[in-house]
Amino acid sequence: MKTYIRFGLLVTAILGTLAWLAASGIRESKTYYRTISELKSMPPSEAGKRVRVTGDVVPGSIRREGGAVRFQICEKDRGVTLNVVYTGKDPLPDTFRDEAQAMADGKMGPDGTFHASSIAAKCPSKYEAAPGKAAPQPLNPAPSRSSL
Amino acid sequence: METLGAFSLLLALSLAAYAFLASVIGGWKKKPFLVESARRAVYGVFLLLTAASAILVSALLASDFRYAYVAERSNRAMPALYKFAAWWGGQEGSLLLWSWMLSLYSAIVVWTNRTKHRTLMPWVMAVLMFTQTFFCILNVFVEPPFQMLAVGRGVTSVADGNGLNPLLQYWLMALHPPALYLGFVGFVVPFAFAFASLLTKQPGEAWIATTRRWSLITWGFLSIGIMLGQGWAYAVLGWGGYWAWDPVENASLLPWITATAFLHSVMMQEKKGMMKVWNMVLVSATFFLCIFGTFLTRSGVVSSVHAFAQSSLGAWFVGFLAIGISITTFLILRRLDYLKSEAPLESVLSRESSFLFNNLLLLASCFAVLWGTLFPVLTEWLMGEKITVGPPFFNKVNIPIGLALLFLTGVGPLIAWRRSSWESLKRAFRWPVLGMALTMAVLLAFGVRHFYALMSFGLCAFVAVTVVMEFYKGARAIAAKNRMNFLRATVELTHRNTRRYGGYLVHMGIVLMFIGYTGSAFNKDTTEEVKIGTHFRIGAYELHVKEVTDGSNPNYAWQRAVIGVYRNGQYLGDLRPERRVYMASQQPTSEVAIRRRLNEDLYLNFASMSQSDPQAAVIQAYVFPLVSWIWIGFYVLLFGTIVCLIPSKVKYAYAKTQVVGVYEREPEPVP
Repeated sequence: MKTYIRFGLLVTAILGTLAWLAASGIRESKTYYRTISELKSMPPSEAGKRVRVTGDVVPGSIRREGGAVRFQICEKDRGVTLNVVYTGKDPLPDTFRDEAQAMADGKMGPDGTFHASSIAAKCPSKYEAAPGKAAPQPLNPAPSRSSL
Repeated sequence: METLGAFSLLLALSLAAYAFLASVIGGWKKKPFLVESARRAVYGVFLLLTAASAILVSALLASDFRYAYVAERSNRAMPALYKFAAWWGGQEGSLLLWSWMLSLYSAIVVWTNRTKHRTLMPWVMAVLMFTQTFFCILNVFVEPPFQMLAVGRGVTSVADGNGLNPLLQYWLMALHPPALYLGFVGFVVPFAFAFASLLTKQPGEAWIATTRRWSLITWGFLSIGIMLGQGWAYAVLGWGGYWAWDPVENASLLPWITATAFLHSVMMQEKKGMMKVWNMVLVSATFFLCIFGTFLTRSGVVSSVHAFAQSSLGAWFVGFLAIGISITTFLILRRLDYLKSEAPLESVLSRESSFLFNNLLLLASCFAVLWGTLFPVLTEWLMGEKITVGPPFFNKVNIPIGLALLFLTGVGPLIAWRRSSWESLKRAFRWPVLGMALTMAVLLAFGVRHFYALMSFGLCAFVAVTVVMEFYKGARAIAAKNRMNFLRATVELTHRNTRRYGGYLVHMGIVLMFIGYTGSAFNKDTTEEVKIGTHFRIGAYELHVKEVTDGSNPNYAWQRAVIGVYRNGQYLGDLRPERRVYMASQQPTSEVAIRRRLNEDLYLNFASMSQSDPQAAVIQAYVFPLVSWIWIGFYVLLFGTIVCLIPSKVKYAYAKTQVVGVYEREPEPVP
């Protein structure tokens, strides 16, 4: 029986430590999902929260200034835009470009600019490829798909 | 042809469903002819899915753009390798690959066991074919690969396709999915045997002996798949990372962790008859985590950078998981009486206990990763608000777990079964502890103050010394007895008990990988806007940007920076990071240039030309110490896995209630 008590104590100690580490890890890195319009109307009490926001990169808005990259993202239907400045050290993903869907993690600054520490991006859907590009025959005037 | 392809899929579905029903009824009512017909149906399913896959692949290779799948995933200018790889480049095709691999595995299992396990096999087939039916349903109804482009009612075609995602046009990435799937799919086999043996109340550990090689091979494939992914991320994504705790990466790690726990804890069952329930749980968990991983990657439940598009697949997978997990849980609970442990735990200081803690830690890590991955889903359910956690959470939990596991890797092989005395422990661990202390002292003297890095390097030394000692002791005895030279004696030793010494090699591989991972504590990076003809520094390197050239080929246009690398004024060669824009998809990608050395990698990314100055390039430079040891460690791990699979020269018969063949057992330590 004594062996089992020892085991119990050791297991509890290990799991306890891990749970404590996990809790502090969550506290440090928890990030809330917000839409652009929610961010715009965010109460000041929430200003310190880490937030993840998603939007489409406004064409022509990407500007590199020294180490920082500034751009705007917008919500598809509502026409709300958000200024974003990215100062993280990882290079921006290759998929990050005009009209890409960008996911930015960071905090809202007091100036109304979103300070992103990481950016992920998905390329715009193929069927929405902008016209006039050199892409040979995009499936644009999409022939409808039919199942057999 | 496309009609034939779709028809083969439909037929495969019917046959798989038939094989499932026939084996269930045949096994239940003891009707050998039904089981025999199910067996043949399994081969039939394999042939039909092979035909369907062949049709899709030949359409890809021939650039037949009447197929929607081909038009979306391939284009004319792509090299043949990537045209072939487009088979698994999209949702529909990769699900077909899943199905095909499952049918291949099923056919192999049924063929190799055609004269064995009369009572077990119907139920093994039932599990395999139930899973197969599920995937065939997806192939036929949810994600059909044989859709044609049509205008009105006439089939049409486009001049050229969209091309495979350029990021995936890299040889490691072409191989990554099939390797991962071979691992994912493979765990259905050990699970099927475990399930069948539980259902038929088989005495003994027949299922473990039968599936030991399967588990090891599939674990090997899973490891290969994960490492290929890491190698790809490192060489392609441009930031030099190999792991970012993305949901999709986690999806592949989860079953790997439980499978690793399973490979260790089955030893307890084989040798001591302990942890029987546990092993059932582990093998089931591994299988369902494989399915869960497939689901996570494809359903869009958790947002991820490299997930497939959102689709309606989710509900199907949830259904399959719910049914499978409930049946399995019910069965395990009903059969608890058959799973009683045959020996008690005697001491905290014992081999048994080290296995126990190994399992506890692996499971804790698995749970933490799962928790972190599903955190957004959980919080949305419970709190009505989506919250996600990032790498700091995963690192905080998993780094200590990793180090503790590394410690156990060294302790396990040296500690005695049942109970150990402090005296014997002192004797066994004198040298390893000395090695650890020495390593840490030297590092401290050189100014390393990073706590985890110190611990990690110290523990690496600890484990390395134990492994070397084990080989040395054994080989010395053989060399003295048989008058061999030491090297031959080492090979002889390994050959006598491949499972044990192969396992040590795997551990050694893990040690080397830990060295590589720990190197990341000392990474350096800088981003510079450099005028052509000037230079900048990182670490000990001086980098001269010589020129920027450009050009194009039918697949992509490129822009290349030529950068001369100098250290202490000595010219080391040129590096040529490149930017590409792929014609078909108009997607830009960056091709990094890496100078790989054993001590550190110099890693250059050509981010862009400067926007303010057309004569300047933006270059990101990184120094990654020791990163090569991750890949070297992986090769050692792979070699060790292969050694484990070689039959041992000395066979140890193992008393069993049911003879299923002879298999090897760890010998007493060589005197």
